[in-house]
Amino acid sequence: MNFSGRGQWGALGTGGFVLLVLLVFLVIPVAKVIYVAFQHPDTGAFTLVNFIDFFNTSLFRESFYNSLYVAAMSVVVASLIAIPLAYFTTRFRFGAAALIQTLGVIPLIMPPFVGAVAMQMIFGANGTINLLLDEYFGFTLPFMEGLNGVILVEAIHYFPFILINLSASLANIDRSVEESAQNLGSYGFRLFRRIVFPLAMPGYAAGAALVFLKVFDDLGTPLLLNVNNMLAPQAYLRISSIGITDPMGYVISVILVGFSLFSLWVSYFVTRGKDYASLEKGGGGLGKRELGPWGRLGAWAVVLLILLIVLSPHIGLLLLSFGTIWSFSVLPDAYTLEHYREVFSTAMPYITNTLIYAGLAALLDVVLATAIAYIVWRTGLPGRQILDYLGTAAVAVPGVVLGIGYLRVFHDFQVPLVDEPLASWWVIIVVALMIRRLPYALRACTAALQQVSVTLEEAALNLGAGRFRTVRRIVVPLMAGGIMAGFVTSFATAAVELSATIMLVAAESDAPVAYGIYVYMQTAAGRGPGAALGVLAVLLVGVATYFSHRFVERSREVAEADRRLAVAQGA
Amino acid sequence: MSVRGMRWVVLAALGFAQAWSAPLSAQEIGDKLVVVTSFPKDLTNVFKQAFESKYPGMTVEMLKKKTTAGVKYIQETASNNTSDIFWASAPDAFEVLKGDGLLAKYEVRATGIPEKVGVFPINDPDGYYKGFAASGYGFMWNTRYLKAKKVPEPAEWEDLAEAVYFGHVGMSAPSRSGTTHLTVETVLQGLGWEQGWALWKRIGGNLKTVTERSFGVPSGVNSGQFGVGIVIDFFGFSSKASGYPVEFRYPSTTTLVPANIAIVANAPHPEAAAAFIEFVLSPEGQRLLLDPKIRRLPVRPEIYAEAPDLPNPFEGEIGATVAFDVKKSKARYNLVNSLFDVMITYRLDDLQAATKALHEAEAALAAEPDEEAAKLVARGWELVAALPIDEAKSLDPDFAGIFKKRRKKATDVVTGRQAEVEQEWDDFVRANYAEARELAEKALAMVR
Repeated sequence: MNFSGRGQWGALGTGGFVLLVLLVFLVIPVAKVIYVAFQHPDTGAFTLVNFIDFFNTSLFRESFYNSLYVAAMSVVVASLIAIPLAYFTTRFRFGAAALIQTLGVIPLIMPPFVGAVAMQMIFGANGTINLLLDEYFGFTLPFMEGLNGVILVEAIHYFPFILINLSASLANIDRSVEESAQNLGSYGFRLFRRIVFPLAMPGYAAGAALVFLKVFDDLGTPLLLNVNNMLAPQAYLRISSIGITDPMGYVISVILVGFSLFSLWVSYFVTRGKDYASLEKGGGGLGKRELGPWGRLGAWAVVLLILLIVLSPHIGLLLLSFGTIWSFSVLPDAYTLEHYREVFSTAMPYITNTLIYAGLAALLDVVLATAIAYIVWRTGLPGRQILDYLGTAAVAVPGVVLGIGYLRVFHDFQVPLVDEPLASWWVIIVVALMIRRLPYALRACTAALQQVSVTLEEAALNLGAGRFRTVRRIVVPLMAGGIMAGFVTSFATAAVELSATIMLVAAESDAPVAYGIYVYMQTAAGRGPGAALGVLAVLLVGVATYFSHRFVERSREVAEADRRLAVAQGA
Repeated sequence: MSVRGMRWVVLAALGFAQAWSAPLSAQEIGDKLVVVTSFPKDLTNVFKQAFESKYPGMTVEMLKKKTTAGVKYIQETASNNTSDIFWASAPDAFEVLKGDGLLAKYEVRATGIPEKVGVFPINDPDGYYKGFAASGYGFMWNTRYLKAKKVPEPAEWEDLAEAVYFGHVGMSAPSRSGTTHLTVETVLQGLGWEQGWALWKRIGGNLKTVTERSFGVPSGVNSGQFGVGIVIDFFGFSSKASGYPVEFRYPSTTTLVPANIAIVANAPHPEAAAAFIEFVLSPEGQRLLLDPKIRRLPVRPEIYAEAPDLPNPFEGEIGATVAFDVKKSKARYNLVNSLFDVMITYRLDDLQAATKALHEAEAALAAEPDEEAAKLVARGWELVAALPIDEAKSLDPDFAGIFKKRRKKATDVVTGRQAEVEQEWDDFVRANYAEARELAEKALAMVR
């Protein structure tokens, strides 16, 4: 593509603005906190001695290998869960595809603390499944023990990244490609392996990269299973102890960020020089085939089994929210509506705040992500990939580091008109959520753009459309599925974020649901209401996701109808 | 002075005293108070409502943050402080804030509060933070769990070291919870450095898990994840009050831990903050602690007359035989945290494996005594208990300083790096745990 004149300046301006946002709200606050990693503990002089200490410490080396192993294995297990779900719902005429896609997003929403309890109640050493196994078969399975437990839980938790991005990619493949392959005699698994899956690679790669990065940097699951010998919990435990001034926690944070960038660079290296774009657009995804009665039965069985496994923590959550006492038993002792009554009478502001915060953050995320993806893949700006690296690096920054950084940098800045420090103004929570969830939107939008052929834009430009008009009328509509996938993942995960939020909440009236759950989950009596609040959060995100899917499907149907009409008129 | 004149003086003094003690209205102390607290809603709501109804027009904002997040919040917002009161359990959190000059000194006007509860001083000797309630440590257990797994109810710390508790105990780490720290330190002082650590490692070997936050322990017992938890009393009481099948007991040597309150330096509403502290310490405020969902021990001895079921620490109803040395505890505070993490938290798998092997060998020996094998087992326990440093070193200010160094000025220089020391300790304990396990397996093979 040729870049000249106004277009280049527009890109430069946009790129500069995005860079400014990332510098102010990510780089500077984080640097303000983790600079101690480069400070000699004795003298305060600049040094790399802490990094030498890191590699000399067997505990940290072990933690590094463990994190790597868990991240890689989680990608494998998550793929096994996600690929069948994505394939069946996009490839075949399958009743309730939107519903299945929605249910497939739910595992991403694991409310803090109470999600952990629900998981223990179902999969724990004395959870429902093991109590039943012990009673009827006399043995138990250590689902939630050690590194393999972490892999299982991480895969169940994060496979939606693959599901969402892969589905978006599959839906973007034109059916004519598949039809050609079928005409040439390729069917069944071979068709999937040789044609469909390779074409959907950008989506799968985006999802798998996210799972890898997220699991490598994830803190919640190892803490839930009390596995300490991994990098993220080591960093967290060392940063959040009272009065500890050991710099190793920050050193580990730097290593986490560095390694995440390295893996991103590797993935660039691998996908470079491959073209996933297709010219054919508007075919509305793969041709949906009818399944025979046995095939239908089999497909349903697989889908339902997977959904049952991945949703069991949420079934546990539901039981907790309706149960009275649930302790060392297969099911709660009795059921009540009392927890919901309590939540509805006190906690509604939390719900409203969450909708506003997560909604705004996700919206800003997809706008930024689309801009970054476009600048990186469609312009020749020098150093443009820095934007992508920075945006993705946020995945490795522990929430508590970002929270402390914001307090440190923005507390002395009074917001004009509001007359409050920026660090205690509610908008800062939105900004923190936006930065923390940007990597999800960024990978989704990048994958979507990779599937759009440049020639379509060139055609628009040749026909006299300006750069901005081309982006708005051609690129964004063609990326819609990916943008939606980015919005859904960012929104769903932002809705239950706690670690940065808890640092930044400056008034209870500004607090989101995750904070409300934390407050409940501090007392024995609060488990039920905490679970009820968790269920509300899940429902909230679930409903939002369902309508986004319906929206995408609807617009695709409209486009399809338009195309048919055009063809008919042409004939 | 005439009698008549004297009367006037007395009357004036009385009138003054009355005016002084009469509650101020909200106009006089301001209409807003911001409290940063780690306490649960059940506690904060009760105090918020009582205080607001005592001072009509007053609004109390309770900012609930984990203790660590609360400390960081106050540190980072100090330049433009918006908080009036810091209200939490862990004395160490207050020590950190005090050290940073972020707390204001306050002289309590209320009288009738003793110097000590059990062996712990109630207030900060320097006058920055005040104890307003006490809590004792003990065990809570899940009755269904113990019945199903046929595990006896524990009575003393030593019980938890028995083989029958292997894999059934949960506790938090001293580095994660200031109250757990005090328990660990009390046992160390009560039994002595070597014996104390030996007991903690025996209990450590029996741990199912070391939880990341202190509430993780009662939560795990309530849900039946593990059977016995080392917890602070109100977690046990309030869990039971919420209907969970759990019981709580104090061992004969427990620790009493004060929960504290302090005014933040440069508080925007200092009068309201002072009024709140006075309210919390008044008989009226102390009575609120008896609420079944709160159940903390008041620091006013007279309140216990109203709650006969609550153990009275001022009458010796909670055994606290250890003469707790606050200075000693402070001198090695971070060192003890780090040592516990290196030896138990981070190497729990190795410790569990060694403990399990030793328990098995002991069980086999009980059935079939063998002198040689018994020696191996005894040596194994010694290896598990072995410490990388002795008590004198733990109290050596230069050495302990490595763990709490704070360079106040850019020109300050301190020596030694925590990471280096921890690596040495780690090598030491891992080698010992592995050898202990081998010895136990050897002993077992000899008996079989």
